[in-house]
Amino acid sequence: MKQPVAALLALAIAAISAVATIGYAQEPAGERKSGAEFMSPSTQAMQRDDTLNPGMLWVSGGEALWNKPAGSSGKSCASCHGEVLSSMRGVAARFPAFDAGSKMVVNLAQRINLCRERKQQAAPLRAESEELLGLESYVAMQSRGMPVAPPQDAALAAAAERGRKLYFQRIGQLNLSCANCHDQRWGKRLAGSTIPQGHAAAYPVYRLEWQAMGSLQRRLRNCMSGVRAELPPYGAPELVELEAYLALRDKGMAIETPGVRP
Amino acid sequence: MTDIRRRKLLAAGAGAGLAAVTLSVLPSARATPQEMAAAIAKFTGGAAHRPGKVNFDIAQLIDNGNAVPVTISVDSPMTAADHVTAIGIFNERNPSTDIAIFTLGPRAGKAQVSTRIRLATSQRLMAVARLSDGSYWSQAVDVIVTLAACIEGEAP
Amino acid sequence: MARALVHMPPAAKAGEVIEIRALISHPMETGYRPGPDGKVLARDIIRRFSCRYNGEQVFSAELHQAISANPYIGFFTVATVSGTLEFSWEGDNGFAQTEKMAITVSAS
Repeated sequence: MKQPVAALLALAIAAISAVATIGYAQEPAGERKSGAEFMSPSTQAMQRDDTLNPGMLWVSGGEALWNKPAGSSGKSCASCHGEVLSSMRGVAARFPAFDAGSKMVVNLAQRINLCRERKQQAAPLRAESEELLGLESYVAMQSRGMPVAPPQDAALAAAAERGRKLYFQRIGQLNLSCANCHDQRWGKRLAGSTIPQGHAAAYPVYRLEWQAMGSLQRRLRNCMSGVRAELPPYGAPELVELEAYLALRDKGMAIETPGVRP
Repeated sequence: MTDIRRRKLLAAGAGAGLAAVTLSVLPSARATPQEMAAAIAKFTGGAAHRPGKVNFDIAQLIDNGNAVPVTISVDSPMTAADHVTAIGIFNERNPSTDIAIFTLGPRAGKAQVSTRIRLATSQRLMAVARLSDGSYWSQAVDVIVTLAACIEGEAP
Repeated sequence: MARALVHMPPAAKAGEVIEIRALISHPMETGYRPGPDGKVLARDIIRRFSCRYNGEQVFSAELHQAISANPYIGFFTVATVSGTLEFSWEGDNGFAQTEKMAITVSAS
């Protein structure tokens, strides 16, 4: 009678050790899991089904804007780019990217605004505005299912390296770095939630907590607020550098935009 | 009166006094089971409702109380003679008890409605169906709701 | 005009029960939430949703604050004849919006 109990105990210890090891190790490439894997089945269903996904409301707004003339040019996005799927497929997968005109690394939303200013002679859209989130979601959705593929130039690599340092830097009154939770403690609980690995390939996402669509920068600032750190303004270089590092970290993972997250 | 008995009486009195004070300063930011019962009574016109026929499908694990998918279905042939005329959803501990009341009829074809609801905290919910014969049927579910880990400082 | 998405089959056989999914963007402000200045934001919700099939109401819903923002409603109706389904949302502050979808119903 003692043998089965001992075996069970050994199994239990092994299982607990295995989970503990996975939780504490630096995130191994083979074990990367999208944030969607940490959600309940009903939230996963909300993302998977376009007839249920609230983010599709923003996508449909983006579609309307794609076809609407803007600025003194009188041109719409479609005027130059034509049909969205053929022209934008794969684009979101390659952002953030170095923009030669402005000599800095920009994310997709910033690139959209640069196009508005340069080509449409239109005012840039405000960060986190319904219009900009709509356009960004609409464009990024055209890359849905494709692997994140950051460009391999030196400028992006330099930005991503600065972003990597930020990712590992402890900040805020709680003195935590991104890595403390998302590399070392993913899968464990923070209050009532399970800590995901901090991948960003689903953005912009409809976050249930926001009851609205939001960008990756909004989510990063939300996390920084959580550790009681000062928040960089939208568009700050630190935020773009973090986005650049996250894109490298996500390389090869499938784009899920428009995502749904708790 | 002995010293021990007097001490016990004093302790009991103090405890009761404290309890009374505590209860009176509790803010009424939440409904109560009695309020939910009253809201249901309003829906049924005072008629009793029996458990049965109603299936209240809600996630076991609720990621975020801001948007909880629910599906209520009622076992009914949905014919002109025998159909569901209304489905009401009620809660016990949100600031207000009514969630939604859906009006159906034989043209619905299937007595099933889906929506997403807000839940302030862990609580009991009730779905009540009114049938064309005037009877009321219900199902209660108990749900556990956790809050988000990190509160956003300011929304953009 | 709020963005609204209604999903339903464009065609069905007479007597077939079809599923309709309606989503509309709206904050569904409860009236319980404090704003950035600490003052409670006034209630602003959609209070009623209805579906009319060639003018006849086949489904409706009375909504309260506990319905999530960007409300989603899924329901069913019997495809009877070809025509138009009209979806209406009404709410606080004079909110009123209608979307129309056509349906082609063939003999069963």
